[in-house]
Amino acid sequence: MSRATEETNRRMLRARDAMDRDYAQPMDVPALARIAHVSPAHFTRTFRATFGETPHRYLQRRRVERAMFLLRETDRSVTAIGFEVGFNSPGTFSRTFRDIVGRSPRTYRKEATAASVPTCFTMAWTRPST
Amino acid sequence: MFNAITHSQMYVLDQDEALDFYVGKLGLEVTADIDMGFMRWLTVGVPGHPERQILLEKPGAPAMSEETAEQVRDLVTKGAMGGWFILTTDDCRKTYERLLEKGVEFTQEPTERPYGIDCGLRDPFGNRIRFTQPKV
Repeated sequence: MSRATEETNRRMLRARDAMDRDYAQPMDVPALARIAHVSPAHFTRTFRATFGETPHRYLQRRRVERAMFLLRETDRSVTAIGFEVGFNSPGTFSRTFRDIVGRSPRTYRKEATAASVPTCFTMAWTRPST
Repeated sequence: MFNAITHSQMYVLDQDEALDFYVGKLGLEVTADIDMGFMRWLTVGVPGHPERQILLEKPGAPAMSEETAEQVRDLVTKGAMGGWFILTTDDCRKTYERLLEKGVEFTQEPTERPYGIDCGLRDPFGNRIRFTQPKV
């Protein structure tokens, strides 16, 4: 039982790592389920049980977190950044960003400051929590 | 006061598998491998630097209850365990390519940062490790 859970955890983590790594690519549940070696039907449920949120929401937060990073540390346009992190349209990007961060990308850019600490920390700790 | 950091620790779920990975793939070397009966004291480090060692500890009884060990194993495999470290390298991209060929699972490709180029990987259990090519 326990070893089976650990194996499941690692499979879900492997899929989550793929989202962390390839967040800008189109990703759907069937593709992620293949990485995790489980059926699509089981994937969303198991992922949620393991990490406490759906894979879709995790990917949105990853993309928004990367957008926050680019808004803070580059001069690229908001529209370009939305596409760069994997959103299909500026409207979807703005809506999702505001939904997660509580501010528009433009407002966030004005208020944020760049931090010179390892990426892994900014990725983990500046990730919006809901 | 203090002079150096000599030992740090991370949990691995199988010490032989850990050796295959940390020594066989990452190229670290064993600095100590002592069977103490009740546990195996296994440390690795960067070749030529025995003054800085990482203990690869297997969670279990009698150091902790079986129930606690199971919780630790659960956290390790979820990627949520605290033990991790950052290595330095002369060439981040080359090291990345070589490890990729060996089947190492990466969480982040080499990325330019203000302090250098770095990337992230997983060990076979779920621990995260990073390496950086510092900016000269």
